[in-house]
Amino acid sequence: MPSLLFCGPKMAACGIVISLWGVIMLAMLGIFFTSKSAVLIEDVPFTEDDIRNDKNPPQNVYALYNQVGINCFIAAAIYVAVGAVSLCQVRLNKRQEYMVT
Amino acid sequence: MVFRSEEMCLAQLFLQSGSEYDCISELGELGLVEFRDLNPSVSSFQRRFVSEIKRCEEMERILGYLLREIQKAKIAVPEEDESPLAPPPRQVLEIMEQLQRLEMELSEVAKNREKLQRNRLELTEYTHMLKITRTFIHSRSRALGPQYEEFPTMETDSVTGCTGMQRLGAKLGFVSGLIQRVKVEAFERMLWRVCKGYTILSYAELDENLADLDTGEISKSVVFLISFWGDQIGQKVQKICDCYHCHLYPHPENDEERADVLESLKTRIQDLNNVLQRTEDYLRQVLQKASESAFTWVVHVKKMKAIFHILNLCSFDVTNKCLIAEVWCPVSDLANLRGALEKGSRKGDATVPSFVNRIPSTDTPPTLLRTNKFTSGFQSIVEAYGVGDYREVSPAPYTIITFPFLFAVMFGDLGHGMVMSLFALWMVLTEKNQKKKRSSNEIWVTFFNGRYIILMMGLFSVYTGLIYNDCFSKSLNIFGSCWSVKAMFANQNKTLQTNALLTLDPNVSGVFSGPYPFGIDPIWNMAVNRLSFLNSYKMKMSVVIGVVHMTFGVVLSVFNHLHFRQKFNMYLLFLPELLFLLCLFGYLVFMIFYKWLAFGARDSSQAPSILIHFINMFVMQGTDITGLQIFLVVVALLSVPVLLLGKPLYLYWLYRGGKGLRRRRVSLIKNIYSDTKSCAPRPLCASLFLLDFCFASLYLRQVYVYVCVLMGLFFLLVSELSEVLWTMVMRLGLRITTRVGVLFLAPVFGLFAVLTVSILLVMEGLSAFLHALRLHWVEFQNKFYHGTGVKFIPFDFSLLPSVFEQDGLL
Repeated sequence: MPSLLFCGPKMAACGIVISLWGVIMLAMLGIFFTSKSAVLIEDVPFTEDDIRNDKNPPQNVYALYNQVGINCFIAAAIYVAVGAVSLCQVRLNKRQEYMVT
Repeated sequence: MVFRSEEMCLAQLFLQSGSEYDCISELGELGLVEFRDLNPSVSSFQRRFVSEIKRCEEMERILGYLLREIQKAKIAVPEEDESPLAPPPRQVLEIMEQLQRLEMELSEVAKNREKLQRNRLELTEYTHMLKITRTFIHSRSRALGPQYEEFPTMETDSVTGCTGMQRLGAKLGFVSGLIQRVKVEAFERMLWRVCKGYTILSYAELDENLADLDTGEISKSVVFLISFWGDQIGQKVQKICDCYHCHLYPHPENDEERADVLESLKTRIQDLNNVLQRTEDYLRQVLQKASESAFTWVVHVKKMKAIFHILNLCSFDVTNKCLIAEVWCPVSDLANLRGALEKGSRKGDATVPSFVNRIPSTDTPPTLLRTNKFTSGFQSIVEAYGVGDYREVSPAPYTIITFPFLFAVMFGDLGHGMVMSLFALWMVLTEKNQKKKRSSNEIWVTFFNGRYIILMMGLFSVYTGLIYNDCFSKSLNIFGSCWSVKAMFANQNKTLQTNALLTLDPNVSGVFSGPYPFGIDPIWNMAVNRLSFLNSYKMKMSVVIGVVHMTFGVVLSVFNHLHFRQKFNMYLLFLPELLFLLCLFGYLVFMIFYKWLAFGARDSSQAPSILIHFINMFVMQGTDITGLQIFLVVVALLSVPVLLLGKPLYLYWLYRGGKGLRRRRVSLIKNIYSDTKSCAPRPLCASLFLLDFCFASLYLRQVYVYVCVLMGLFFLLVSELSEVLWTMVMRLGLRITTRVGVLFLAPVFGLFAVLTVSILLVMEGLSAFLHALRLHWVEFQNKFYHGTGVKFIPFDFSLLPSVFEQDGLL
C-alpha cells in the first residue's frame, strides 16, 4: 500500500488546530443561529420580499435562520472529518520519525 | 518578587592553595557570587593559569572535530539530565590523553578510508573503460574487417605509454581514458586542431555517475579512445590529455588481454569493497563509543575552563600560599557561601579551610532581583528599559498586573483573547519538552520565553472582552438586553414599517430598564451611533487609567527619595509634581466621575461639557468658574517654577557652600553627584533648567498620548478590523442558500481563521504589546525609575554558553 502521508508534521498540526477551532466555533454559531439571535441578523440572507410578503411573520426569516444554522452544523461536521484526517497524518508522521532514527 | 533589589556586600575569599579549584567548582555549581577582576592591568597571556586554559582550548578543538565526525556519521549524542561536576586537576591530563589518542585514531582511519576509496574509483573507471572500448573496437572491426588481426604487435612505446601497431610503416597508437562530460566538446575540437586530423576520437558516455573524490561532486564521465599515427602526434595527444585532467589507463592489445585484465580488476574491486566496508564499520564503532562520553567531556572541559578563568581573576597574597578573590555577594547568601567554601575545602583535602571576610566598600554594588520562571519575563521587559540602580524601587511586581491590563484595554476581544490564552497555555503545559528541544528559531524562542506574559495578556483580554462585549466583533447576549424596542413603539406600527432607522429614547417609560449587569449592553452592537457612545466612554476611561498610573509612579518615587536620603527631593520634586498632576488632571478625573454620577437620562441635555469647562478653567473665564477652580489652577501654575528651578537653585546654593551646612557639605554633595541628574556644577543649572521645562510640559503630552493610544488607535483599529474581517469573509460563507454551497462555508471559515491569527492576533497583538510597553517605559517608569545600574551576573556553570551548542553540534 503506498504511503498515505501527504503532509508534513507542521501542516498536520495546523490542520488539527484549525479543525478544533472550526468545530467549536461553527457549532456555537449553529446554536446561536437556531436560537435566532438578533445580533446575527445581518448574516442571514433575507430579502425585502421575505419581510413584506410574509403570510405568517416572522416565520420566513425564522426559516432562513434555521437553514443557516443547519449549514453551520454541516460545516462543523466537515471540520470533524478534516480533524480526523489531520490526526491520522500526525500519527503517521510520528511513526515515520520513529523508523528513520 | 521584591520591592527593592537585594542588599549586596563585598567579600574577600581566602582560598588555600590546595583546595582553590574545588572551592571555585562548588561556587560555580551554586551560582552565588560575582567575581571581580583583581588583576585588570595584566594581559591575558601573562596570567597565572594561562597554560591550563590553553590545554582546555586544545581539548575543545579536539572535541569539536570529534563532534563534527559524529554528526557526519549521523550518530546521536545521548545527553544526561544532570550535569557532571568539574573533574579534579589530576583527571585533566587523563582526559587530555584520551582525547588526543582518539583524535589520532580517527584521523588515521579517515585517511585510510579516503585512500581506499580513491583506489576503488580508479579501478572502477578502468573497468568501465575496458568494457566500452571493447565495443568501439568491435564496431570498428566490423567495418574495417580483419585488418587489425593481421599485424603483429610491436614493442610497447614507453613515451606514449600505449601499444603500437605497425601499419603501412606508420605506428598506430591508442590512448584511452576518462574525461568529464562537460569538457568533451572542447577536448575534441582541440585534438582536431592540434593534430590536424591524424587522430580518431571515439567516445561514449558512462551510464553511472562517479563521484569525483577531489571535489566530492558527482558528475558524468565519458570514456574515450584516441587512435593516432606517429610519435609526434602521440606526444601532442598526451599533453592535451594532461591539460584536460583526463584519467588515462593502459589500453590492452587484444581481446584475451582485455579479458584477463577485466577479471583481475573484478576481483580487486571486490577485495577493496570488503576492506572498505570493514573500515567504515570500524570507524562507526569508534565514533559510537566516543559519542557515549562526548557529552560528559564537553561539560567537563567547559567547567574546567571556566574555573581556570576565575582563578586568573584572583590574586596571590604575600606569603604566596593562598589565593585572594573579591566577590559581590548578596548579604542573605553569606551563610551559603561559607558552607560552599567548607565543602570545597573538604573535597580538596586542605589542612587549613578557606574562609570569607566581609569588607566595606564605596563602590556601587550590582543589582540583584531574584525571579522565578513566571516573573522573569516581566523582569526582562522592565530591564529592557534599564537595569535598576542599586536598591532602587523595582517596577516589576506592578508590571505583572498593569502591563497585561493595559494590553487588554487596547486589545479587548473575547474570542481573540481566548485563542491567545489557549496558545500560551499550550506553551506553558509543554514547557519541559520545549526546553529539551532547544530550537534555534529566534522568533519562536522569543515567544516561548514570554509564554507567561502572553498567558496573562490573553486572560486579561478575555476579561476586557467580556466588558466591551466583543467576541470576534459580535456581542454576546448573556443576561438579556435591558433596552426594549417594543416599549418605544407600542402603538406605532406605521413608524415601524416606514423607517429604516429607529431611535430608542430612554426617557420613554419601559424602554430602558436599568444597566446591563456586566459590561456593555449587546444592543449597542446593532446601533448606528455605537462608535460615538463607545468613543466617549473609552476616552474618559483612558484618562482615568492614565492619571492613576502616572500618580502611582510619582508616589513610588517617594520611596526612592526616602531611601537614598535625599529629603530635599521630596519637597522640590515630589510635592510640585504631585500637586501639578492632581490639581489639573486629578480634578479632570473628578469631573468625569461627577458627570457620570450626577446627571441621568432626564437631564442629560443640560450636562456641561468637561472639555469646555477645562479650557475655561485655564483661561479663567466663563460662567461656571468659581473660586475653587481658580485656586487649583493657581496652585498648579505655582508648582511649575518650583519644579523647574527649585532643585537646580538648591544644588547651586549647596555647591557655593550653604550657610550652616559646611560640615555636611562634602557628604551631601557626594550623594548628589551620584544622582544621575547632576554632573558638573556650571552647566548643571542650564541643563537642568531646560530638562525640567520639558519635564513639566510632558505631563499634558503624556495624558494626551494615553488617551490617543489607548482609545483612538487601538479601539478603532482592532474592533473595526475585526468587524471588517467578519463582514468580508465570514458573511460570504454564511449567506449562501443553495444546498451545495454549504461546502463553501468550511474553506471560508478556514480563511477567516488564518486571517484572524495572522492579522488580528499577530500584527495587532504585537503592536498593542509594543504600545503597552511604551506606555510603561515612558509614562510610568520615567517618574521614578533611573535604570542606570549594573546587573548582577553570578558565576554559574549553567549560565555559561556552550560553544558547541551554538554551532548546533550538540
